[in-house]
Amino acid sequence: MGLVIVVFFVTHLLGDPARLMLRPEATDAQVEDLRESLGLNDPLRVQFWRFITDLAHGDLGDSLWQKVPAMDIVKDRLPATLYLATATLFIAIPLAITLGIISAIRPRSLADRCVTVFSLAGVSTADFWLGLMLILVFAVELRWVPTSGYGGVEYVILPAAALALRPIGRISQVVRSAMLDEMNRTYITTARAKGLSERVVILGHSLKNAAIPILTLMGDEAASLLNGAVVIETLFGWPGIGILLIQAIEKRDLPLIEASVLTIAVMIILVNLLVDLAYSIIDPRVRYD
Amino acid sequence: MTDVKAALPSLVLPQDPQAGIPGRRDRPRAREIYWRALLHDKLALVALVFLLVLIFATVFAGIVAPHDPEKGGLMLRNKPPMTQAVDGGVPYILGTDALGRDQLSRLLFGGRISLAAGFASVIISGTVGILLGLAAGYYRGALDDIIMRFVDLQMGFPSLLTALLVLYVFGSGVWKVVLVLAVTRWMIYARVTRSLVMTYREHVFVEAANAIGCSNRRILFLHILPNLLSPIMVLATLEVGTMILTEASLSFLGLGIQPPQSSWGLMLAQGRGYVTTAWWLVTFPGVLILLTCLSLNLLATWVRAVTDPVTRWRFLAPPKGATE
Repeated sequence: MGLVIVVFFVTHLLGDPARLMLRPEATDAQVEDLRESLGLNDPLRVQFWRFITDLAHGDLGDSLWQKVPAMDIVKDRLPATLYLATATLFIAIPLAITLGIISAIRPRSLADRCVTVFSLAGVSTADFWLGLMLILVFAVELRWVPTSGYGGVEYVILPAAALALRPIGRISQVVRSAMLDEMNRTYITTARAKGLSERVVILGHSLKNAAIPILTLMGDEAASLLNGAVVIETLFGWPGIGILLIQAIEKRDLPLIEASVLTIAVMIILVNLLVDLAYSIIDPRVRYD
Repeated sequence: MTDVKAALPSLVLPQDPQAGIPGRRDRPRAREIYWRALLHDKLALVALVFLLVLIFATVFAGIVAPHDPEKGGLMLRNKPPMTQAVDGGVPYILGTDALGRDQLSRLLFGGRISLAAGFASVIISGTVGILLGLAAGYYRGALDDIIMRFVDLQMGFPSLLTALLVLYVFGSGVWKVVLVLAVTRWMIYARVTRSLVMTYREHVFVEAANAIGCSNRRILFLHILPNLLSPIMVLATLEVGTMILTEASLSFLGLGIQPPQSSWGLMLAQGRGYVTTAWWLVTFPGVLILLTCLSLNLLATWVRAVTDPVTRWRFLAPPKGATE
């Protein structure tokens, strides 16, 4: 809700929407016409009420660029972004957990140091540059996959890999520290004393209990994944919400900008809700809070 | 005021367990500890040297750069690295771009803007965030509620998208980009500062300062703030990297730095069209971004380890066995 208000005021108060929508060279008369036709000369509270009631009907007005309801365009683009995000998490999560476990088993060993430097590098890389490098190597030099476009596995693999590196870096570090915390607990000693194999101790006991901080981070990562999606979708010509937002900004299409921003916000809220629900599945103690 | 200061030692020293111990002066000073710790951690040392060299080279780009970053030539378009200069001068070590301009020189001049944007936006967002965090954590109440409401609101939304929206409304340019970057990240400092202040304000030393009649401002800036400096330094170091990456993304999308000015992100955007023919144009700016941010990250990890008394010993006395 707070976000709706901010989006409205950022776009309506900080700038003149009519002027933002038109090219800079538009005459004052043109601006005035557009203001009148969009009802921008009404008092702000009238405009805000109209914005809210329209929003409640899922209607953010017609896109100025494509002349169809902005929400319909966003709905068309949503699956592509979800597909890319799913593919990214599919690569990132197993890899990050594996790397985190490897470095938690023997802290300060060579393997641990390598994983740490790798994950720092992952956080330090501009994702669009990694995308460019992947295009250069796998699409241009080796010709294994197409450079850009939308489709099956061969299309999604490069953008997903480019997007996955940062979450891998972040998540593997948290997996490592959460695992190390758990490994020092007494129940781990008990489990070992029972004669359980190291595999069961690590995967069944330690990782399971380390899941809460890992899960929290994944919620955050999902939000920053959408950050990266804007850039990566532009680079790979992936027809998702990210590239739509950039196109809308270039076309100065205010309803479309509002629609895509609000949709992204709703997606992030939903992901955090899912993470909260997942807590109670993994950790029964949370259920009684 | 002078009376209070004169009375202070007798008030405080008896409670200080280290006070009458004769060897106290012999313990290594803070500066010495940092120096020894830096020599011990080779990776952090390399990172620091790299950053210093980079900052030096970009600041003095006018002297260091082998060529004029703006002067090109159609004959020199997209020449690969190590191409010999026609006039027998310095070779084009990293090749030339689509307008025949020397890439190394452009990287140095572009680096000025990338680094300046990174550091300037961190200074602005850090100052604002720390001040608001101090106020929220110390005074609490309605002020805290209002500030934290804004923090939560912005935390829930991707910062790059916030930046895109604000740039869309305000237009782009170097200083606008710096301001926008600051606007998108101030809440990180506010949140960290607030949580730290909330723990420190309950400490005895704050109570004591209060008892001897220090003003709130004095307590906040002279008693509490110095304790926050090391965690905030770690955060700020990491944030410089984040800012450089965000600036690169914004410029790459065409909403950040605008030509004729240049930054690493913009150079990548310009080189993107030549992926198939001139690999060096899309490789080197990204390598520089990676190395810069990696160095900042390594340095931040090191600062965190050294300023934390629990992990500091590792740098001072090398462990006999490999223990955690």
